Amino acid sequence: MAYECNGATVEADEEGYIIDISAWNPDLALLIAEGENIEMGDDAWEVVNFLRNYYEEYQIAPAVRVLTKAIKKKLGADKGNSKYLYELFPYGPAKQACKIAGLPKPTGCI
Amino acid sequence: MEEFEEPGPEIVKRFMYVNRRAPYGTIYAHECLEVILVAAAFDQDVSVVFVDDGVYELKKGQDTTDIGLKNFSKTYGALDDYDVEKIYVEKESLEARGLTADDLVIPVEVLAAKELGEIMAKQDIVLGS
Amino acid sequence: MKTMLHLINKSPFEKNSLDSCLRLAQSGSSILLIEDGVYAAVANTEHAHRVAARTRDLSIYVLGPDVAARGLSDSPLIDDITVVDYEGFVDLVAEHDANQSWL
Repeated sequence: MAYECNGATVEADEEGYIIDISAWNPDLALLIAEGENIEMGDDAWEVVNFLRNYYEEYQIAPAVRVLTKAIKKKLGADKGNSKYLYELFPYGPAKQACKIAGLPKPTGCI
Repeated sequence: MEEFEEPGPEIVKRFMYVNRRAPYGTIYAHECLEVILVAAAFDQDVSVVFVDDGVYELKKGQDTTDIGLKNFSKTYGALDDYDVEKIYVEKESLEARGLTADDLVIPVEVLAAKELGEIMAKQDIVLGS
Repeated sequence: MKTMLHLINKSPFEKNSLDSCLRLAQSGSSILLIEDGVYAAVANTEHAHRVAARTRDLSIYVLGPDVAARGLSDSPLIDDITVVDYEGFVDLVAEHDANQSWL
């Protein structure tokens, strides 16, 4: 599949993860989020940006339990828990947020 | 009301992953790292070992920009987040390559072959490349 | 103490798998040489003395069919290396607690 964003075509795999990570931009994130029925408020953006920073630092998209722990470490227990993250991304914080963040599917996601 | 069976005591096995290949010439090093991260979900007793050219996987300062491959040396830093805490490097392999622990991207335990061999001998499963 | 069966399938002339295995294998464990690893069982090579030196504290085996396939059946092997067939291979795996492949 592919996304049409600001006049550009961005290739994605059959599940909607974009192929070329460098093709990501915030408008594309909003478009992917729309397809996932996710409202991109500040809290959702915070998680998406957290994932992008994590990828930048470690070159992987973390599995959900790893993401939860890492967020807890950085942003506190109020945000580093599954309830909070699943409220923002009901179909899986790692999977949905990674897709919106333009990252590959999480590593260690089984 | 549904009844759930009480889960039995988990059998924890000792898994050791032995890395013996340099990072970019072949796919082994990267594949092994991916396996470690996926398997980390199973809550086993995991240790990761770097021997021979495997120590080159951890060499600081890798820049893959011009070879078009992912610089996965950065990913070893995530092992701690994945609860993989036992990371051993063989002293002889480091020294043979003129390296010290300071040259590596993550903190590791440097062990002589004798001590490392003893730990290796206690494993239930040893996987390597 | 667990018993470990070390498997080596690379020629010692091509890879350092044998050397690394000999460095890390604990006394009382076993080594089985298979495929191109069988070249390490041949006497009078430049690697033979290192293997022979460990026949005292390790049990070293070599897979017969791989020896024959490489035209080595008539070549002298290092003393105290035991030749096994496929059944012996299976028995060795079963007799040890764990095995480790030095690829």
